[in-house]
Amino acid sequence: MSKAFFVLDDGRIFEGSSWAATGKTFGEAVFQTGMTGYQETLTDPSYHKQVVVMTAPHIGNTGVNTFDNESKKYWVAGFVVRNPSTLTSNWRSEKDLEAELIDQAIVGIQGVDTRAITRHLRDRGAMRVGIFSGLELTREEMVIEVRKQPAMSGAYLSADVSTESTYVVPAVWEKKFTVAAIDLGIKGASPRAMAERGIEVHVMPYNTTIDEMLAINPDGVFLSNGPGDPATMTETIELVRAILAQEIPIFGICFGHQILGRALGFETYKLQFGHRGINQPVIDRKTGKVEITAHNHGFALQAPTDAGFSTVYGPGQVTHVSLNDGVVEGLELTERGAFSVQYHPEAAAGPHDAAYLFDRFVDLMVQYPRKVEAL
Amino acid sequence: MARDESINSVLVIGSGPIVIGQACEFDYSGTQACRVLRAEGIRVILVNSNPATIMTDPEFADATYIEPITPEFIERIIARERPDAVLATLGGQTALNAAIGLFKAGTLERYNVKLIGADVDAIERGENRELFRGIVEKIGGESARSIICHTMDDVMGAVTQLGYPAVIRPSFTMGGLGSGIAFDEESLRQIAGAGLRHSPTSEVLIEESIIGWKEYELEVMRDKSDNVVIVCSIENIDPMGVHTGDSITVAPALTLTDVEYQKLRDLSIDIIREVGVDTGGCNIQFAVNPDTGRIIVIEMNPRVSRSSALASKATGFPIAKIATKLAIGYTLDEIKNDITQVTPASFEPTLDYIVVKAPRFAFEKFQDADPRLTTTMKSVGEAMAIGRS
Repeated sequence: MSKAFFVLDDGRIFEGSSWAATGKTFGEAVFQTGMTGYQETLTDPSYHKQVVVMTAPHIGNTGVNTFDNESKKYWVAGFVVRNPSTLTSNWRSEKDLEAELIDQAIVGIQGVDTRAITRHLRDRGAMRVGIFSGLELTREEMVIEVRKQPAMSGAYLSADVSTESTYVVPAVWEKKFTVAAIDLGIKGASPRAMAERGIEVHVMPYNTTIDEMLAINPDGVFLSNGPGDPATMTETIELVRAILAQEIPIFGICFGHQILGRALGFETYKLQFGHRGINQPVIDRKTGKVEITAHNHGFALQAPTDAGFSTVYGPGQVTHVSLNDGVVEGLELTERGAFSVQYHPEAAAGPHDAAYLFDRFVDLMVQYPRKVEAL
Repeated sequence: MARDESINSVLVIGSGPIVIGQACEFDYSGTQACRVLRAEGIRVILVNSNPATIMTDPEFADATYIEPITPEFIERIIARERPDAVLATLGGQTALNAAIGLFKAGTLERYNVKLIGADVDAIERGENRELFRGIVEKIGGESARSIICHTMDDVMGAVTQLGYPAVIRPSFTMGGLGSGIAFDEESLRQIAGAGLRHSPTSEVLIEESIIGWKEYELEVMRDKSDNVVIVCSIENIDPMGVHTGDSITVAPALTLTDVEYQKLRDLSIDIIREVGVDTGGCNIQFAVNPDTGRIIVIEMNPRVSRSSALASKATGFPIAKIATKLAIGYTLDEIKNDITQVTPASFEPTLDYIVVKAPRFAFEKFQDADPRLTTTMKSVGEAMAIGRS
């Protein structure tokens, strides 16, 4: 086991040992507070170009299996743990985590003080980082390399993570609806949750045109989660406006929520250190009920929480806010079937408290049936 | 929503003597309850038969009664003090049983006293084996499979279905007379034969054994707006068959994937809703087959338990304190998180460390005690450690 370094762009360096693949990797340093679900995190496209620091101290206990992947590959740019498990103890485990990380060429580091890193990121904000494992570089050389990397603000990443061509996830049991899901980095759990509700999901590339979308005659449109800065998504925002003009119900989550918000004319901004974990309390302002939800976002939407708002597509309101810091977590258009949440109702990893939102999407498709059939 | 203004005085029932299986954790939770109530300006009346507790120190209650914790004595206290409500979910099983006794004797109704924390129906549903089994089935969970038998042929047929080892429980015998675990046909014939003879109705229950399965506990809290949070998951290193109080336990659970953990979480939430604990905490225990992942719901405690004390210390989420606030009408989002002081208590603690609890035994002091660990608790204390490497 050789030395490895976790090098932040402000010059702070944490020394640990090499783990998983060796070499070097760069990305935005973020921390994830889930105590379960590392495999889902590793395979979540929203973590593209991010070096994920796990706050849970013991990672790898349950190995990896074929069923818990949220996409076809491991997306994190790097993986940082306090103590990797030396053995796996779970009936579903098929492979050791470190072996899988090596196969997926994910550079990792272990033995660093993840609590100190987390506190540093909380105080200073998310920043660029590099992991250097098994390399002979001076501290100065490493910091210079990190500072040459692009920042997350302004990053356009959809093309990296989106599907190249449309694929269909068939409805479980009887098909009742057709939904076009724009893949901006979709997790497998989202089409799964829709398919279970009788929805045939057409997962379409990020650069799908409105005509291509209307060609499948969708009952609703789903805007997926994904990585990157929502301010860069000009084309997708235009697409969403075209869908709104067609009065097709829309359900957006995470990145999709930010894009719906921008399509309605709101701004997005970068959070100091983001929300990444599976224990985040969010209040539904209409019912007063609290949901414990899975979050993974570094950007957020700027929208009025004290009163409703009006848009060119009709009136709307902020429906959900974070109980931790008041960040906008959900919005809706009250006279049109469009709503979105900043968090992850599809969970994986995370609690299932918000799964009812997929039912709400179904209700909207019933309430606002498609009008294009006559064409 | 906020505090129930109709409550101006509360009778808190303590847990009585410290014995093996019920130790000072209930003194701790009861003391917390007294503190919270007094801070709310509520008159606190306390009954506990054990003067050697912190909670019976004069500063914790407005009136303290050192009397036996029985419905008869408590009725006399109620008659004299006329409290608005009784809080019994923080004094262990002793307090809960006393409260049920008071309800059944009609005392609560006679003096117009509310039972807060959990109502009698919820306590019954949580503690009655058959009712609880029905609830587990209703929410789509599984209890250990069992078959009622009246003859040795029935018994052999049952074991063909359930497999070895098999648990034999004769019906209507005192103190588990004639019950046991059979690992093969010979021991089965012996134990079940004796069981059939001992049972006045010639009836034995053959139950599948879950000895050796992984054992988990979840600490759950619910408020009157139906917000539910899981405070902590606990994994026992010693598997099913060793009492949790005697096990080395670890928090959080470490050998579950998120898919499996969320199943336990969903089941726990469905159970607390169905049982109807609507203002407080409970503890739900699961067994998980280490080879197949099959989940069996073992039982629930509709009250603050030994594990709640551990979970509170492990997470910094003060279960007893918050359970008391919920009992007098607050909701989780109205209560501040003790650690951050700014965020609400309606969250699920996430740990960046691991907590290990180890039991302390004193068999040298109990010469005649059988030092083998079983489903009966034998430890006299415990030590807890927190660390992250």
